[in-house]
Amino acid sequence: MDAVGNPQSILLLGGTSEIGLATVEAFAGDRPLRVVLAGRASSRLDDAKTRLEGRGCAVELVDFDAQAFDTHAAVVDKAFAAGDVDVAIVAFGLLGDNEEAWTDAAKAVELAQVNYTAAVSVGVALGDRLKEQGHGSLVALSSVAGERARRSNFVYGSTKAGLDAFYTGLTEALRPSGVTVTVVRPGFVHTKMTEGLKPAPLSTTPEAVAEVIVHAVRTKTELVWAPAPLRFVMSALRHVPRPIFRRLPV
Amino acid sequence: MSTAGETRTLHGWGRTAPTIATVVTPRSPEEVGAAITAAGRRGIIARGLGRSYGDPAQNAGGTVLDMTGLGTIHSIDVDSHLVDVDAGVSLDTLMRRALPFGLWIPVLPGTRQVTIGGAIGADIHGKAHHVVGSFGNHVVSMTVVLADGSVRELTPDGPESELFWATVGGMGLTGVVVRARLKLHPVETAYFKVDTEQIDNLADLMRRQTEDDERYAESVSWFDAVTTGEHFGRGLLTRANHATLADLSPKQRRDPLKFDAPQLLTVPDIFPPGMLNRITGKLFSEVWYRKSPTKLGAIQNITQFLHPLDIAGEWNRGYGPRGFLQYQFVVPEDRGDVIRTVLSLVTEAGQVSALNVLKRFGEGNRAPLSFPKPGWTLCLDIPIGPGLGELCDELDRVVLDAGGRHYLAKESRTTPEAIRRGYPRLDEWRKIRATVDPEGVFASDMARRLELV
Repeated sequence: MDAVGNPQSILLLGGTSEIGLATVEAFAGDRPLRVVLAGRASSRLDDAKTRLEGRGCAVELVDFDAQAFDTHAAVVDKAFAAGDVDVAIVAFGLLGDNEEAWTDAAKAVELAQVNYTAAVSVGVALGDRLKEQGHGSLVALSSVAGERARRSNFVYGSTKAGLDAFYTGLTEALRPSGVTVTVVRPGFVHTKMTEGLKPAPLSTTPEAVAEVIVHAVRTKTELVWAPAPLRFVMSALRHVPRPIFRRLPV
Repeated sequence: MSTAGETRTLHGWGRTAPTIATVVTPRSPEEVGAAITAAGRRGIIARGLGRSYGDPAQNAGGTVLDMTGLGTIHSIDVDSHLVDVDAGVSLDTLMRRALPFGLWIPVLPGTRQVTIGGAIGADIHGKAHHVVGSFGNHVVSMTVVLADGSVRELTPDGPESELFWATVGGMGLTGVVVRARLKLHPVETAYFKVDTEQIDNLADLMRRQTEDDERYAESVSWFDAVTTGEHFGRGLLTRANHATLADLSPKQRRDPLKFDAPQLLTVPDIFPPGMLNRITGKLFSEVWYRKSPTKLGAIQNITQFLHPLDIAGEWNRGYGPRGFLQYQFVVPEDRGDVIRTVLSLVTEAGQVSALNVLKRFGEGNRAPLSFPKPGWTLCLDIPIGPGLGELCDELDRVVLDAGGRHYLAKESRTTPEAIRRGYPRLDEWRKIRATVDPEGVFASDMARRLELV
């Protein structure tokens, strides 16, 4: 990271994440940037590589399966092999279908494993390497869904609540090592993951979330909402009595 | 020495991009050697007084040597003008000790709070560059501890002169300078006879420096980067020669080598971001310009002429928590037009630079990474804020296209490519370094960021 907040290298876990890729692009601007995309080998991952290379980034692909927990340390080591990582973004996750998820144990466990257990597992590995290099930013994509469980997506919400708490604590644990952790709580973001869903109020785009993230990393802000006003909306919603909350169109 | 070291957050004078390192304070060259051989995977780098603006004296996750623990002045030879000093001695301390003997440090940058080791590592320059060159030109010999812990005595023309010149300007990446012998200049007094000229536009300011800089031992100009229109680049040209006894008043003559360097205040760490904005920048520029009407032959002391900013300790705090950067480059003599282009780009971008220092360099030296070369050097001083990164990237293009380069002691945000273009002898320097540090023991945040090693 330099004096004006330009990173030289970024690791994106969840290499096809639209918010993640938009964030890499926002950091890159028209500067050269070394990018490691970690994800399952797929044509979408190859497309992501091509898209970033088109902007002048040097892109390396690392095979990463969120549910193969015992491979995570090796994946992170591989990502750090070519040099320091200035910004690591934990952006993988599943939305799932809530009705299926709370009635089918296998589906519920899958969501919990990918969104929470895997995020914790890579968080430990990343923390280890970042601590050793003595600098860097770790960005974790949480969600406002984790702030108060709603009937319509509480399984997803519960996994994000867990991720959020873990990375909030990691923020404190890594601070003495010169590492900043930023927990990002987006609202409804128009992406492939939310395609076909009815947008919630204050819905936003990957590019807008990316801008929030870039600013947060540059100013070392540890907790941000995207868009920013959601902070106050959620603050109010957390205190709405249940009988009223369940009737709200959120 | 506490071999365990102390975990500390380090940043440069610009207060940007802090990182954590283990700081060890050696008290002898042997302890320097021990720390080097004990360095871990993240390597080791020497640090002096932290006056580099960016990240050359920090080493995230690794070891940093606080060299101020090596602070002995071993000898001052009044007849040969040679001093033998530890690398952790500051120019301020050396000046206080040498000046009573009528000896002057020929190269002084904008602050005296620089160690001898740092002065060599960055091959610093001062207002006298057009006459005396940079710091490395005045080093008679130096003692360097290498990556394997061995100690070498290097001279500019001896058997290992290549390593000597790779260490001059080498940003601490070839070895740790622990001691040096310097040749100072004799002076009669500690005063300067100063000609100050108020010049109301940039073209005239530059023309005057081209015409007769040779008449002066010291020359520098400051200009206003806020005022636009026909007074664009109005400024103050201050040039001086060392005053002789005959120049002094009877009172000054009683103590001609008196060195008065008061530090009147220490700036507290309370300023919010954005203190320097268009309004305060304009005000500052107006006051600075008006305070010094044209006046020839004024007798000034060292603080007045050379180091007005040293009156305030920790003045970098005034820029607030986001910090600031200095953008300093040199372009060849025939590309003076770049100065105007750069200034226009800064003003158009709405950025405010209050301290703008312009100087004409003389000949460079043999060091592959030494910054000065014949031409114009400009230094801008800008608080960190939105759009600054993009502006500096734009300035890089203009400067590099004109055959210019960046000063590593000020650098904090450019690209490895920009350094490769600006320093065509980088690979030659890398080869010399590889022979003495094949494992890459010496490392810094700057070295990693700019891929110097």
